[in-house]
Amino acid sequence: MENNTPTMLSVSSSPHRHSGENTPYIMQDVLIALVPAAIMSVVYFGWRSAMLIGLCTGTCVLTEYVCRRIMKRRQTISDFSAAVTGVLLAFNLPPTLNPVFAVLGSIFAIAVVKQMFGGIGMNFVNPALAARIFLLISFPSHMSKWSLPFFYLSDNATTDVVSTATPLAQIASDNMTTPMIDLFIGLHGGCLGETCALALLLGGMYLLLRKVITPHIPIAFIGTVAVIALIAGQNPITHVLSGGVMLGAIFMATDYTTCPVNKTGRVIYGIGCGIITMTIRLFGSLPEGVSYSIVLMNILTPHIEALTQSSPFGSEVKSSGK
Amino acid sequence: MDTSKNNNKKAAEDKDLLLPKKPFRTHGGVHVDHMKNTAEVASEEIPTPKKVIISMQQHIGAACEPIVKKGDKVTVGQLIADSTSFMCAPIHSGVSGEVTNIGTIIMPNGAEIKTIEIETDGKQTVCPDIEPPVVTNADELYAAVRKSGLVGLGGAGFPVSIKLNFSPDKQVDTLVINGAECEPYLTADYREMMEYPEDIIEGTRFVMETLGLKRAIIGIEGNKPFAIRRLDEIIKERSLGDRMCVLKLGTSYPHGAEKVLIKACTNRAVPVGKIPADAGCVVLNITSVSFIAKYVRTGMPLVSKRITVDGSAISQPKNVIAPIGTMIADIAEFCGGFKQEPKKVLMGGPMMGTALYTLDYPIIKQNNGLIFMGQKEADDVKPSDCIRCGRCVAACPMLLTPVNIQHLVEKRDVQGLNDLCVMSCMECGCCGFSCPARRPLVQYLRMGKSIVKSGR
Repeated sequence: MENNTPTMLSVSSSPHRHSGENTPYIMQDVLIALVPAAIMSVVYFGWRSAMLIGLCTGTCVLTEYVCRRIMKRRQTISDFSAAVTGVLLAFNLPPTLNPVFAVLGSIFAIAVVKQMFGGIGMNFVNPALAARIFLLISFPSHMSKWSLPFFYLSDNATTDVVSTATPLAQIASDNMTTPMIDLFIGLHGGCLGETCALALLLGGMYLLLRKVITPHIPIAFIGTVAVIALIAGQNPITHVLSGGVMLGAIFMATDYTTCPVNKTGRVIYGIGCGIITMTIRLFGSLPEGVSYSIVLMNILTPHIEALTQSSPFGSEVKSSGK
Repeated sequence: MDTSKNNNKKAAEDKDLLLPKKPFRTHGGVHVDHMKNTAEVASEEIPTPKKVIISMQQHIGAACEPIVKKGDKVTVGQLIADSTSFMCAPIHSGVSGEVTNIGTIIMPNGAEIKTIEIETDGKQTVCPDIEPPVVTNADELYAAVRKSGLVGLGGAGFPVSIKLNFSPDKQVDTLVINGAECEPYLTADYREMMEYPEDIIEGTRFVMETLGLKRAIIGIEGNKPFAIRRLDEIIKERSLGDRMCVLKLGTSYPHGAEKVLIKACTNRAVPVGKIPADAGCVVLNITSVSFIAKYVRTGMPLVSKRITVDGSAISQPKNVIAPIGTMIADIAEFCGGFKQEPKKVLMGGPMMGTALYTLDYPIIKQNNGLIFMGQKEADDVKPSDCIRCGRCVAACPMLLTPVNIQHLVEKRDVQGLNDLCVMSCMECGCCGFSCPARRPLVQYLRMGKSIVKSGR
């Protein structure tokens, strides 16, 4: 029997089987889900869009690599999370932005927001959104220059002069001119990746089908925006389709690290995002509030989790015997 | 006569006591590949091994003390070890031969336990004292089951007599028979259903009637349609359909976990920290009730066990019936040896089984599977950082939050762990199974439980 005994058996804690899912697969799925919106942004805004997406992604991955090297930690660029941050940050930038700001934002997102707090899973706010807000506050004039889709086709347009009012600015000034169908397919001014609701919905469907995200946050977020718009006497569909609601609800608010882990918490978090977004849109001096709403709810996530902590199965029943 | 009629009417009106048509909703769970490769292969009995080593710790609870000594002759079914402890079941020899040594063995959990080593004579002489027990009431059933050495055959190995010995004020009314067998690979219970369906129904009826319970629900996962149909037929033939039913359960893991099974069968929840009797239920494994029927008929105690031998490293996966104490290496040899070098050997199923450090180890009563995993199947991937995806939270049947518990374990935060009810964890493995970062969550939860128990 001795010759039957192998030299060394491996011993570990149960379970000894695994679903096969891993972090890189999940992040790759998010990247795949972002492809339709990326394609549409290149169609609408041209090479500048492709350049910004590439630049942000590249800078994010490079920053992550350098940070991990300096900190002498295990290399994590292969989990694709830095790439996701890069693409999402690019999606939140105006198409005509000076590339220097995009690089600055990417470095801020990864180095300050993500790695300084401990890397993947540890950041307390969404890195891409924090970087967008950082750019918005630091360089407000550069960050709110909007151009119409296909501006790059018109002969006399040098990118620095073309600018247009976004649908939200139109709502704010009571001068809504963009037709509904244009809102849906993205034929209006706005950030790179946020304009085409159709492409974002396609990506969202993919994430739901692949079970990467649960529907709680997008439905609660979008539903709340629609309901509040209705109460305020404005067109709910316009509010849902314009600005960053679709991008935010499907891709940004659902960021694992910064949203609650349980279903009840996710619903409350989604509703909170919707309320803050609409409060800023209706009463604030800014036309758009999606980024701020998500970042504020990110900060509340630990508290939402503590409040919605489920009691274990069997804790609400009394025993039948006395 | 009149009063019994009234009682029956009252029971029938009690909606809670109807036999369920569909399983009730349970929380969490995961979908694990079934891999029941050995399901349709008849069980085979292993030829009497040359040597058996019987561990004095066959189940959770107290260990037994040997009552034989070196040089004693033993026969099949002879009592060889016993204990006066409540949480214990006596041990009987499954072979005839001579005790060659009272030794020790290191258990997978590190404890050193006494063993009885027996060299067999190959005659398998049956102990002359064996006679069917007389069982007419609950107390006698309890005593007989204790004498039989029966432990829960589903894998956890809780001494069955304790389960039957509930206090009368618990208002127990339902017998739940666990035929879920939700672990991948394992088919030992399924083979019992296919090979001894009459014994299962007879045992269920016998226990239900002796304990004075009102109904029995046999919960079987939907991936065993033949067994469900066969048992259903026998219930009809014996016209027991008014008190007994087979319930087709969903096929998600862990439907065989006691508390999940009770929820699925009766829609009741076992209170935190309590036992099934507190939810009015007695839960027995399907092979256990079948054994009770056989024991009442023959008086032969629990001396052998059907074990599913499978995994990517074994040549001929099959169900093997072997005496308690048979060496794992002997069983592997009986199954045609290895087609590749085993890297990980599991006692039990892949979700909850224990990894062994050596093949030089005997099988025990609670064993229902031996899984030999090859290099590829056993490949342990290093954990990466938690991404807080919440999959473990969605998967937990007990509604716990493993993602947050792991951090509290690292901080050794007793109060925090108590607040998150870490003691409710039954270590089913759903969290670890679904974790994309491959975090050893079950290990964290086990550590959390021991931190809470020791208070630091």
